[in-house]
Amino acid sequence: MTEITEIPSPFCGIGTDDLSIQIDGTQLTVTSNGCAVNTPAFEQAIGDSLPSINGQTATLEQAVAKAAEILRNTQQPVFGGCASDVNGMRALLALADKTGAVVDNQNFNITRRNLLAMQDSGWMNCTLAEIKNRCDLLLIVGTDVEGFAPRFFERYLWTEHAMFLDKPGDREVIYLGKAPSGSASTRPDGKVQSICSLVKDINLQGNRCSGFPLGGKEGDQTANQVCGWTTGYPARVNYARGFPEYDPFLYDTQTLLNNGEADALLWLQSFNQNSRPPHTQVPSIVLGRAGMQFDQAPAVYIPIGTPGIDHAGHAYRLDNVVAIRLKKLRDAGLPSSADVLSAIEHAL
Amino acid sequence: MLIKLTGGRVYDPASGIDGQQLDIYVENGRIVAPPSDGRPVDQEYDLRGKVVMSGAIDMHTHIGGGKGNIARTLLPEDHRMDPVARTSVTRSGNGHAMPSSFIAGYRYAEMGYTACFEPAVLPINARQAHMEMGDTPIVDKGGYVMLGSDDFLLRMLTAQKDQKAINDYVAWTLNAAKGIGIKVVNAGGINAFKFNQRKLDLDEKNSHYDVTPRQILQTLAKAVQEIGVKHPLHVHGCNLGVPGNVDTTLDTIQGVEGLPMHLTHIQFHSYGTEGDFKFSSGAAQIAEAINKNPNISADVGQILFGQTVTASGDNMRQHANHRFANPNKWVCMDIECDAGCGVVPFKYKDQNFVNALQWAIGLEIFLLVEDPWRIFLTTDHPNGAPFTSYPHLIRLLMDKSFRNDMLATIHPEAQKMTTLASIDREYTLNEIAIMTRAGAARIIGLQDRGALAEGNWADITVYTENADRQTMFSKPDYVFKDGELVVRDGEVVKVTWGTTHIVKPDYDLSIERDLQHYFDRYLTMKLGNFKISDDEITEDGRGSLSVHPLRGVA
Ligand SMILES: [Zn+2]
Repeated sequence: MTEITEIPSPFCGIGTDDLSIQIDGTQLTVTSNGCAVNTPAFEQAIGDSLPSINGQTATLEQAVAKAAEILRNTQQPVFGGCASDVNGMRALLALADKTGAVVDNQNFNITRRNLLAMQDSGWMNCTLAEIKNRCDLLLIVGTDVEGFAPRFFERYLWTEHAMFLDKPGDREVIYLGKAPSGSASTRPDGKVQSICSLVKDINLQGNRCSGFPLGGKEGDQTANQVCGWTTGYPARVNYARGFPEYDPFLYDTQTLLNNGEADALLWLQSFNQNSRPPHTQVPSIVLGRAGMQFDQAPAVYIPIGTPGIDHAGHAYRLDNVVAIRLKKLRDAGLPSSADVLSAIEHAL
Repeated sequence: MLIKLTGGRVYDPASGIDGQQLDIYVENGRIVAPPSDGRPVDQEYDLRGKVVMSGAIDMHTHIGGGKGNIARTLLPEDHRMDPVARTSVTRSGNGHAMPSSFIAGYRYAEMGYTACFEPAVLPINARQAHMEMGDTPIVDKGGYVMLGSDDFLLRMLTAQKDQKAINDYVAWTLNAAKGIGIKVVNAGGINAFKFNQRKLDLDEKNSHYDVTPRQILQTLAKAVQEIGVKHPLHVHGCNLGVPGNVDTTLDTIQGVEGLPMHLTHIQFHSYGTEGDFKFSSGAAQIAEAINKNPNISADVGQILFGQTVTASGDNMRQHANHRFANPNKWVCMDIECDAGCGVVPFKYKDQNFVNALQWAIGLEIFLLVEDPWRIFLTTDHPNGAPFTSYPHLIRLLMDKSFRNDMLATIHPEAQKMTTLASIDREYTLNEIAIMTRAGAARIIGLQDRGALAEGNWADITVYTENADRQTMFSKPDYVFKDGELVVRDGEVVKVTWGTTHIVKPDYDLSIERDLQHYFDRYLTMKLGNFKISDDEITEDGRGSLSVHPLRGVA
């Protein structure tokens, strides 16, 4: 049994990197600095970790070959989920480039509000250390911070020290639109752009003020960033014409499936066993966190390791600027999503 | 495999070769002596009538890091106009002002470039810079690490820590962020903006710290020299874009007191306040100062007309310039007690007086600085123009009549305010080779690159001689990267992966005690998780690190 300290979490999005975890074989126990989001995500038992084809156990090689065969015979595959690390997204985009797929990360309908506001008028934002050291007034608009990231207040607001505040405990926090509770986080529709304009106006009137979009976990920012530098667009790209095209509405996985416009689905989810692919009649290839359960067996299921647990990697924090270095904590023999996706690409 | 490049006219200023006809031999990635044992060559390229240079090096181009991705995300309309389809050897992507990373690598290689240096690597964002550059094929890369507005340094200066402690911090940061040089952007100004200061002159104090930009520049220039880093302190000056900033720039040159200093995109810092529009050229004064001060080098940051996007760490000045945003959308960020960034789209117009004069000022500087070893060809990609405009810029420098034809088309008042028409100088091929190869390798401190000497890495570009220099430099016949043919007739034929150039100056480990305390109290990441490890660059099987020697430290 060993204990590792200063472990970064890819799950919560706020870049928590002070966890201590005890490792007993493949079982992990968070021994300090856990929270309601991170602790269960790290401690989750591995569960069934054998690949399968139409519900029948298969070898990894067979599953990879079957996935390649499915993709080889498609006109418009869609790659959804996109919950992975930097190398996983790199490999997913390489495979999409070769197969003419749509790439659509799972929470983009939420991120879209922010991105459309940004692409229309821009914004003035900051990062977590700026909040921690400079923020004397925090206006929280329509989101439940605690539910989203339980340690946000402890790590970034009610801190023992702040470089430019005598008493960090005296910061003012104003909630607008939603009372702080322990339930699901929500955001007001259509208000993002007004908030961005408000922030800009305050800066033009002689004060300093920054926005901070609080959203994105399980690889959302990682997907946007890697897609950004690889294609020029943050998300929802379609490679069908041999180059990436961007449409934040048309290339929605669910829309494409509903309209019968996609003829295969590849679902990548390396963080969360419970984030299963949408129901569909088209053949599905699922690269899921080991232990994922299905109502309807996908054509191909390949259990994969989790970045930051089963292999090293990189993940972005929700402020988009800081990438954290994820550590390998155990060896459970699970392949990384990057390895599996590259193998599929080579088998095409 | 032994390759022979036969009979080309070679321009290799580092070896003193100026257009002589020579054979070059390449083996195992390097340039080698002619085989003395008479063994046959495996492949021969007949280069008679061609021009041979080493691969070009862009010493200042924004190809990696968060602001680039903000620029990409901000301008989907710019990408839509320039889609790039995949081929049997290359990935797809999008181009124009801020190309996707793969396309940036291919396009640089297709112009004969074999190395590019990202000049604004925020330490906290260095991972991203390296990851993006890691997805930029063919070319070598490297970065200058940004300091000067980070609270740790300003606290040290306020506490009057000695130079030795500063040196340790600078060296530690270079190691942690994996850079090859140190950059300062609007020294202390990015920090002052966080305290709501909207401008900061060279001798103006930060309202929180008892520190001026002049002090920051002197201290960092000294640190860079004392830890033995060959690349001089890379300085983006105060007051970027402000009419009258020529005086600030001249003061900055004096203020560094003879220490090596590189002034980047100096065109944006060479403006006077004369004339009806209170905007004039300071190029002659700047060129004179560079000519007189051998410790100073500069790259120009030429603007060229058309749509682009400006991406800078200087959020103080970018915020001030947001009113010129075209299209009207822009992003500013305060970043992690480390620095900031500002992204503002620009459309430079030849019929806009200011833009037209900016164009002329850049060219005046190129032509009035006498020593081509100390002036470098850049557009500060993408800030003055995308790097794909370099062949056009080379023609402007090499072809006086072309230049004057262009001059005759710009805003008439700008024509009256420039001496450009009276400057007869035309750059020679040898001078172009100096500013884009030999000089660039020397100023960055690259070993075994930028020259065609035996033992060097075989980064070689071959052009067909053409009086139209734009055509000539747009489409090399051959580009070899580390001895492999990667481009033929201006198109990528093989994709390789370049190395990452770094330096590893020594430091006293005791600096980590102070840093540990600071990280634990104020930052949002553990010190151990902040430092970038070698395997982060190399683990994908494509990346590699090349450590360059330091100046002999006394
Ligand atoms: Zn620059």
